[in-house]
Amino acid sequence: METMRKAQTLDLLSKQKRIDGRALDQYRPISIRTGLIQKANGSSEVSIGNSKVLAGVKIQTGTPFPDTPNQGLLIVNAEFLPLSSAQIEPGPPDEDSIELSRVVDRGIRESQMIDLKALVIEPGKSVYCVFVDIDVLNMDGNLFDTLSMSATTAIASAKFDKKIIKEDGTEEIQKVPLPVRLIPVSVTSIIIGDNIILDPTEEEESLFDVRLTLVFNEEGNLTAGQKGGPIGISREQLFKVVDISRVKAEEIRSIVKKAVENA
Amino acid sequence: MDKLIDENGIRLDGRKWDELRPVKIEVGVLKNANGSAYIEFGKNKIIAAVYGPREAHPKHLSLPDRAILRCRYHMSPFSVEERKPPQPNRREIEISLVIRRALETSVFVEEFPRTVIDIYIEVLQSDGGSRCASIIAASAALADSGIPMRDLVVGCAVGKVGGQIVLDLSDKEDKEGDGDMPIAYMPNLDRITLLQFDGEFTVDEYKRAVDLGIEGNKKVYGILRKAIMEKYFKVEAEK
Repeated sequence: METMRKAQTLDLLSKQKRIDGRALDQYRPISIRTGLIQKANGSSEVSIGNSKVLAGVKIQTGTPFPDTPNQGLLIVNAEFLPLSSAQIEPGPPDEDSIELSRVVDRGIRESQMIDLKALVIEPGKSVYCVFVDIDVLNMDGNLFDTLSMSATTAIASAKFDKKIIKEDGTEEIQKVPLPVRLIPVSVTSIIIGDNIILDPTEEEESLFDVRLTLVFNEEGNLTAGQKGGPIGISREQLFKVVDISRVKAEEIRSIVKKAVENA
Repeated sequence: MDKLIDENGIRLDGRKWDELRPVKIEVGVLKNANGSAYIEFGKNKIIAAVYGPREAHPKHLSLPDRAILRCRYHMSPFSVEERKPPQPNRREIEISLVIRRALETSVFVEEFPRTVIDIYIEVLQSDGGSRCASIIAASAALADSGIPMRDLVVGCAVGKVGGQIVLDLSDKEDKEGDGDMPIAYMPNLDRITLLQFDGEFTVDEYKRAVDLGIEGNKKVYGILRKAIMEKYFKVEAEK
């Protein structure tokens, strides 16, 4: 980041202001478009400010893992496409995109968003696999929340052909939604000096001391989290972040739910 | 199997033999890229971005007298019926190469010695003819980046379906038809920059196919030109 912008950002922060004029806890405009990809079972393009990603869900049959014979599979994979930023080179996923995939995966898995037990066809042999692939199209900070929102909205709007065995023993293929129980919401903040700011841009992220991603379920309970950044966080700050994020999560959930209802 | 073309010459999707699928092009869709474009060509949905001219990494790749052009064609895992593993396969690597060749001659690479121009193409949803649609999007992205060009490059396939030469094969026609011939073309210079084909064509059919491909490409050029003008006229009007 340019030295002047950096100095200005830090100077404004000392007055509780941000360089793009937002309040410290304010998100950039959020846009959610579902159903763009007809060949996918579900899809969702999400923009938060200039960060833009596209998630596609594919549902196929496969074999369960030996240790979870009674559960369908959920596989989340994020790719930093080289068209998303001048800094990204083509190649296998680097540690940042693997961390991102795994944090998004945990947010969905640990909140038990999808009832994986309802995706078994034959225990130990055949289950439905839910592949969530996310393309990062334009990078401008807060990818954790942008990807999480695209994944959850793509999952919640997905439909697939399910083989249903009726009472008289005959089989029927029905188009059904995934067994979705709830929608988890991820809220990411960074701490610069003493300031907690939500939805950081890429410029702001380049200055952070601590990053914290927290995922809340519909009861407002925490179901996953990840700290990033080079230095430690105090207990007081950690608690403050949780309180601010919890309020914000409900605000975001209403936006997400509206998008899913209209899907 | 359904007949791909009926006795009245109407194809499965209702088109006549010389009709294109609907085409929609939008220029300047990604903030970070130097140039970008999005295309819908039938059910193809493709996004292309250009980064550069910029310093080449690794440096030994750079040439003293011109820019090198690099191209990556990649399909998203959800772009096809059966999920495609994310890593590039041999087909994608070959297509990246032929797209680069199709575009290279249109760019004044000698204006930017020791640099690299990267073209990234992401197929978000694939239908028949994704390489041609990719070329259109990439050429639009190059134009959007402001890199000087000799001409735009457009692409469109022709093929043989039910014994007839037809324009712009759909996915089903490509898979079940008798021949497929993607063609990329520079309309102002009247040069073909990509030509591939498979299937069986008589010499007469081959010649008619090339002519039809050129006609189709001229139609695509009209659409592309309009999309580029639309963006830049709007920018001009806002000043």
